[in-house]
Amino acid sequence: MTAATTGGAVGESPPPAIELIGVNKSFGAVRANRDVRLFVRPGTIHGIVGENGAGKSTLMSILYGFYEADSGDIFIAGEKVRIDSSEAAIAAGIGMVHQHFMLVDTFTVLDNVMLGSESGPLLAESEALAASKLAELSENYGLHVTIDAITEDLPVGEQQRVEILKALFRGARILILDEPTGVLTPQEADQLFRILKALKDEGVTILLITHKLREIMAVTDYVSVMRHGEMVAHRTTAETTKEELAELMVGRKVAASTAKPAQEIGAAAIDVQHLSIRGTKGVPLLDDISFNVRAGEIVGVAGVSGNGQSELLEALSCIRPITQGRMVINGREITPQQPCDPAEARDIGVAHVPEDRHRMGLLTDFLARESMILGYHRRAGYSRGLFLDQAVISADCARLMEIFDVRPREPEIKSANMSGGNQQKLILAREIDKQPTVFLVGQPTRGVDIGAVEFIHGQLIDLRDKGCAILMVSVELEEIMALSDRILVMFDGRIVAEVKGSEADAKTLGLMMANAYEPAATPQPAVP
Amino acid sequence: MSEGMKPLPRWIDIGVVPMLNVAMALVVSGLVIMAIGEDPYEAVMVMLNGALGYQEGLGYTLYYATNFIFTGLAVAVAFHAGLFNIGGEGQAYIGGLGVGLAMLLLDDSLPAIILLPIAIVSAAVFGGLWAAIPAYLQAYRGSHIVITTIMFNFIASAIMVYLMVNVLIEPGQQSPTSRAFSPAAMLPYMHEVFDWFGVKISRSPLNLSVVWAALCCAALWLFLWRTKWGYEIRAVGFNESAAVYAGINPKRIIMLCMIISGALAGFVGLNEISGVQHRLLLNFTAGYGFAGIAVSLMGRNHPFGIVLASLLFGLLYQGGTELAFEISSITREMVVAIQGFVILFSGALAYMTTPLLTRLYNRGLRLRTAAREAEAA
Repeated sequence: MTAATTGGAVGESPPPAIELIGVNKSFGAVRANRDVRLFVRPGTIHGIVGENGAGKSTLMSILYGFYEADSGDIFIAGEKVRIDSSEAAIAAGIGMVHQHFMLVDTFTVLDNVMLGSESGPLLAESEALAASKLAELSENYGLHVTIDAITEDLPVGEQQRVEILKALFRGARILILDEPTGVLTPQEADQLFRILKALKDEGVTILLITHKLREIMAVTDYVSVMRHGEMVAHRTTAETTKEELAELMVGRKVAASTAKPAQEIGAAAIDVQHLSIRGTKGVPLLDDISFNVRAGEIVGVAGVSGNGQSELLEALSCIRPITQGRMVINGREITPQQPCDPAEARDIGVAHVPEDRHRMGLLTDFLARESMILGYHRRAGYSRGLFLDQAVISADCARLMEIFDVRPREPEIKSANMSGGNQQKLILAREIDKQPTVFLVGQPTRGVDIGAVEFIHGQLIDLRDKGCAILMVSVELEEIMALSDRILVMFDGRIVAEVKGSEADAKTLGLMMANAYEPAATPQPAVP
Repeated sequence: MSEGMKPLPRWIDIGVVPMLNVAMALVVSGLVIMAIGEDPYEAVMVMLNGALGYQEGLGYTLYYATNFIFTGLAVAVAFHAGLFNIGGEGQAYIGGLGVGLAMLLLDDSLPAIILLPIAIVSAAVFGGLWAAIPAYLQAYRGSHIVITTIMFNFIASAIMVYLMVNVLIEPGQQSPTSRAFSPAAMLPYMHEVFDWFGVKISRSPLNLSVVWAALCCAALWLFLWRTKWGYEIRAVGFNESAAVYAGINPKRIIMLCMIISGALAGFVGLNEISGVQHRLLLNFTAGYGFAGIAVSLMGRNHPFGIVLASLLFGLLYQGGTELAFEISSITREMVVAIQGFVILFSGALAYMTTPLLTRLYNRGLRLRTAAREAEAA
């Protein structure tokens, strides 16, 4: 264990692992980092929190040499360094584990680890060297991986371990992890935290970038808060609270989780019976799914991403044809023989806010008013004969921007130039405004700042209270638990559990998400 | 790397960048001309004068530009749906065949005022249908449209040779051309049109097609940016997943877009067959279909940009012809090489300078904000 420097400690404390002084970085007129100061003690886990767009990623990119700071100094272990490339960062002992893994899926673990740092032209020789070094690392840090497994066959948690090993293999003594738990179940995340603590005990310094305060509280020693490109506070984790951090991140008090008043539940608006979808290779993407969603309730779909939730949304919104089974949506029966299409789905009162707004929800290259009519561009009012009625569209876009507080209130802005939260609000505005009776929503608050999260959750509750049947897919368990009246848990294309919203707890849901829940068995002992 | 950089504003992207590309092409051409011992300045002056300096030259320049507008628009409209139509050449060829067949069939029985719309429609229908086959193969069978449209150029060429040599050749002729149309089937030349209003201009091949080309530009702009079809085409081209989400059927859009594209390319047949040759013959497309790709790239797939690019290409064609005529050591092949440089720099290498300009532009922005802040302080 590292000796925590107590107040009365005598002698010189070791130099900080990382010290940043006055770091500035601008992109055009946007100042992504202003006068950032950071002090990271060696052998600690240091968290950096902040909303999306607060400048965390830019700062880490500067540390890892993707960008160079406009001004400011970087000291690593007390020495001033210039990091102008990722090679320089590696040389300075900095390793990075990206949010999206940088692994070649078809390579073995060993190949991935040594990729780019082969010791000579002959592969066999490098492999032998790398294998022995890797074995040593796994031993020292308790990071166990199968070195000759093909990377894509490994579970996500283990792929992440490969990323960590890759960094250690290159001699990293400082490890930056960018939103590492986004793709993990709570159990996998706990396992990751155990690894991080083990690394800390071996003297590795860890920088953890996240927007999840639970993780900050669980694992870090110190935490720094960023807002609008500035470091606004530094705290010792043990002496702060989630509430204080949330307030520092947003710059004002944040309401606690959304209240859930009782409501009237009506007839089933979505009724799905034995639905299956097969992928191109015959692999089942959805496997014999049955459930319903009734008017006036929110049904949350929990699960680690990639377990069929996307396919379920696409099936219900008629984007993806179904292979087997039947769905009845607002009285319209949909079977493989009687397919539906997204345009017809809209006509029968189905609105859909897709999971990925850049891939589906809007057209980033189009103007806001053009994105605002996506899917409804043929409706009377927007469209007159062959032509689109520009005046009506602009006026309507301005009206929705006002109601849903989309900023800037500028129908002529390019969609790409709005922040994530405002893009999401624009999409929600577009879909909610059509007064749907069935509302499908995926990741309603992904990449959205905390202020907008509150607003969006409020909108969903309002919509439910008006009698709309809502199916919500989200990877944020907190969101699922805060909003859902019922929760479906998906694993490997199946619904493996259904729980009442009021009876759900994160731990049980986590086990269900990993399909490891056994109601009769005693719960796994929690290892700190 | 360029993430976080501000993109270039429109005026640089569609104004400065193309000018820079042309300038680079001219510099390289100048070096080549110097290498064979001629004066590049003189060569440029000959070209400019030949293309713009007198009425007949200008007429030729605009006549060439007309063809480039049609093929440029054809490439652009397909491009907005994310399709790369390399088949403009074949579509123009078959469009011309349509015009020729219609005129050969009807020129004796109908007056000019009826033959004109028939010529337009037949060019559009033949060109459009010729493009519809690769479009169908792409949309419903997954054959890549680049490959199929290239193949269809060869097929079009083979069909034309067969028809001209075996079927449509004027009896008793040695060269494979059809009989000449009757005067009713000839599009009026612009010098004739001006003459109706009492204005005398020099004779040139420039005909009424140029007016049709201008109308097509305006119509295409309206279509792409003001109609729901155009909206759907752009949506499919920019992000097919989002288009599907919006209930747009990309297969239908591919068909629609390629038929329009083929029809536009087919209008080259209008200009050439109805406007100038007044008979069906071989090889009247002369590479306009391929040049349309460069024209569209240079014009940033925007009708207005395409007009400018077409004028430049028209100038190069006409000026180049004059150049080969005036300076004997600069051969026809040399002129083709100069045209090639322009196509290379403004087509294939169109975005070569963009990263550099983006960096310079962002540096300029930073300097300006810094200066403003200093001023404020």
